[in-house]
Amino acid sequence: MFDFGVVTNWIDLFLRSNMSENMALFVEFVLVGFAILAVYAVLALLLIYIERKVCAFFQCRIGPNRVGPWGLIQSVADMVKILLKELIKIDRADPVLFRIASFLVIIASICTFGAIPFDPALHAVDFNIGIFYLLAVSSLGVVGILLAGWSSNNKYTMIGAMRSGAQLISYELSCGLSLMTIVILSGTMQLSEIVNQQSEMWFLFKGHIPALIAFVIYLIASHAETNRGPFDLPEAESELTAGYHTEYSGIQFGFFYLAEYLNMFIVAAIAATVFLGGWMPLHIPGWEGFNGIMDKIPPFIWFFGKTFFCVFLALWIRWSFPRLRIDQLLHLEWKILMPLALINILLMALCVI
Amino acid sequence: MGMMNEKLSALAFAFVEENGKTLNVTVPKENLYEAAVFLRKECNCDFLMDIVGIDYTESLGTIYYLSNTQNPAQLVALKTSTTDREDPLLDSVHDLWDSAGLYEREVHDFLGIRFINHPDMRRLFLRQDWKGYPLRKDYDANPALNPVPLENELIEDMEAVPAVELKMGQPVETIHKLFEEDEYIVNFGPQHPATHGVLHLRVSLEGEIVKKIDPNFGYIHRGIEKMSETYTYPQILHLTDRLDYLSGTINRHAVCLCCEKALKLEVPERAHYIRTIFDELTRIASHLLGWGCMAMDMGSITAFVYGMRDREKIMDIFEETSGGRLMANYSVIGGVAWDIHPNFQRKVKELIPYLRKMLKEHHLLFTGNPIARGRMEGVGHLSKEQVISLGATGPSGRASGWSNDIRKIEPYAAYRRADFNEVLRQDGMTFDRYIIRLDEILESLNIIEQLIDNIPEGPYAAKTKAIIRLPEGEFFQRVENARGEFDVYINSKGDKSPYRIKFRSPCLTLVNSLIPATVGSKVADLIMIGASLDYVVPCIDR
Repeated sequence: MFDFGVVTNWIDLFLRSNMSENMALFVEFVLVGFAILAVYAVLALLLIYIERKVCAFFQCRIGPNRVGPWGLIQSVADMVKILLKELIKIDRADPVLFRIASFLVIIASICTFGAIPFDPALHAVDFNIGIFYLLAVSSLGVVGILLAGWSSNNKYTMIGAMRSGAQLISYELSCGLSLMTIVILSGTMQLSEIVNQQSEMWFLFKGHIPALIAFVIYLIASHAETNRGPFDLPEAESELTAGYHTEYSGIQFGFFYLAEYLNMFIVAAIAATVFLGGWMPLHIPGWEGFNGIMDKIPPFIWFFGKTFFCVFLALWIRWSFPRLRIDQLLHLEWKILMPLALINILLMALCVI
Repeated sequence: MGMMNEKLSALAFAFVEENGKTLNVTVPKENLYEAAVFLRKECNCDFLMDIVGIDYTESLGTIYYLSNTQNPAQLVALKTSTTDREDPLLDSVHDLWDSAGLYEREVHDFLGIRFINHPDMRRLFLRQDWKGYPLRKDYDANPALNPVPLENELIEDMEAVPAVELKMGQPVETIHKLFEEDEYIVNFGPQHPATHGVLHLRVSLEGEIVKKIDPNFGYIHRGIEKMSETYTYPQILHLTDRLDYLSGTINRHAVCLCCEKALKLEVPERAHYIRTIFDELTRIASHLLGWGCMAMDMGSITAFVYGMRDREKIMDIFEETSGGRLMANYSVIGGVAWDIHPNFQRKVKELIPYLRKMLKEHHLLFTGNPIARGRMEGVGHLSKEQVISLGATGPSGRASGWSNDIRKIEPYAAYRRADFNEVLRQDGMTFDRYIIRLDEILESLNIIEQLIDNIPEGPYAAKTKAIIRLPEGEFFQRVENARGEFDVYINSKGDKSPYRIKFRSPCLTLVNSLIPATVGSKVADLIMIGASLDYVVPCIDR
């Protein structure tokens, strides 16, 4: 079974044998930073391509098929296009807040991205309060969205931002509560520890019914967190043209766009890590031969397989459901999901005891 | 007819004559309001179909086409005129029929007649500072008079609303503001993804709740009625496809029928059948697109693509026979332009089972969806009285229980040969307006199924003269297009082009219905209810 430990250890040894310890550490930090940014950008391109192809498949179309084989380079071409586009200066917009907003959104997204365990050895930020960190950092994005809506000085963006504020803050609750259910089960907030505890069986199966309920609540709430249909009210294109990012152009718009796709990946990755065992292969107690075969598959393939399965679920829902109305959206959260999540925590506590 | 005639004899000042199914009632302008109240209250003429403004050169007149929904085939044309060309004034009837408000603004815009007591005498289509009234015969079309503005203009200029009142027998112009200072006004349109064209809605919001709506039209007004006055009849046909482009074939059919009625031309039975099948195919295509657009306005883009995909099959059938897709350009005066393609019948017969199967899928994808049901049920209510008074014809009216299908009331072409039901629903909610379109597709498929195998042999068009001149007189033809009642009024002086031609746009009244259906709902509902009414803006901006 291959894991990235081989590569990372080799780099570590190489650096330490050529320079002082502090210098090596510094170079490693920079390398990790670059690696995260590079993977972030490449994943975004990949996700955009996947979304367009899957959506085309749902809609009986072909999707991108002109640039490169099967249109594979289409999103690269789109990236180049968006990088070359003009950044339009908006008259009567607040110039500072307007510029900061898009960075806030993408910084929140990248910070969360760094804490995801891709592989036993590919895990940049592993706090002992990992889940707490994830929730805290990912909710920074809403500040960016509110600022974007406010600073554009446009009524559509304003309505979009207000909707977004109401929506993200509400759904954060269910999101957090459903993750807490698993924290109760595992007794730790550290992501690497959570993954290791699932070596016998994934929490989805280990945690009985409460884990299943938590998983469903998490899927719904996190989908709402990503602002994608049927919860795409903040940017409801048929009502508010493009919602909070109506006035953005060029790469500033690209940041919102990138963050949206990566957030979809991030919530899927968290779902995979917390409920589906992260990079841990599928193990069934007692089936030693089966477990042995499963161990042959490298961990990062397990991780990406599970994550893309969750991404596919998100796309499936995105492309088949119409949009909710704002009062229905809040009704769903405050009167259905949150009480259910609270009761579920209680159930899980009883199960653990 | 006799009943109405008898009742009208109570009006001493009215001159009544019968013209086919239409009862012409001519009154002097002083008695207009009295006659209107009488027709509304005593004769139960609760549906104001259209107001036609016309310049008789010696005077300016209006014709109010009315009908009683209990006896919808009977029409009453209330006529009046004023000889004052400097400041023509007529009484407004906007308090008797809700649809009159916008119609009177249209007459005001094009003929300069001001309506006393009408609360909103802004021009409907043209700019507020436009010089001249285009449908007057002495209109000066010199572009130097109305130059294209090159400066940025503030939208607040549109808010001053003039109105005319009569004080001590003298007209007094008052100006009031449409919106208060502190209202949160959002512009939906003219460029907006969900306005189905370039409609401009100014919406006053309180949070997410819609308080007031002010529709503004005219962004793509092409002056088709004015152009038609210089075109020959066969040329006019090409303009009709550009009115409501989604039911172009049906609009064109209406003008052909009107001309044929005037010429007393015997149209071959084969042409009737082909036209009817084309009309129904157009209706299906339009409803499929309407369904898809509504789904898209609610955020379900997949449903839109499905609708477009199925509509494409109909466009292919059109293309094979007529060469046109969206605009088939197929009917001509006397029949159709050429015979159907040899594949036509086979392809249509293949389409019928396909669409029935696909409709089941559409129901599965969208109608049964809990989110879609939750959005559509209990929202956007229009009562039967409201839709009649607003003149919201077609599927939107039928969803509220108003039986208004012209195909049943006054069967034209081959509709008599087909056995079909008029789909009616009673609740008048957004969901009813949604589902009624899908049910109408099934009904249209039934009609086509009955006709497609029985297209009689024979010529596909009657012989007409090289230059078509309509005899002197007034001609009126009603048809049912995909959105409602489409009427053509032609006033001919015996020339090769009409003296005045007027189209009743079903969409203008539908936009008007948006206001009572939406006020008090959310912004998202505004878009959805608009989509459920399914208006097409080029139909309004003729």
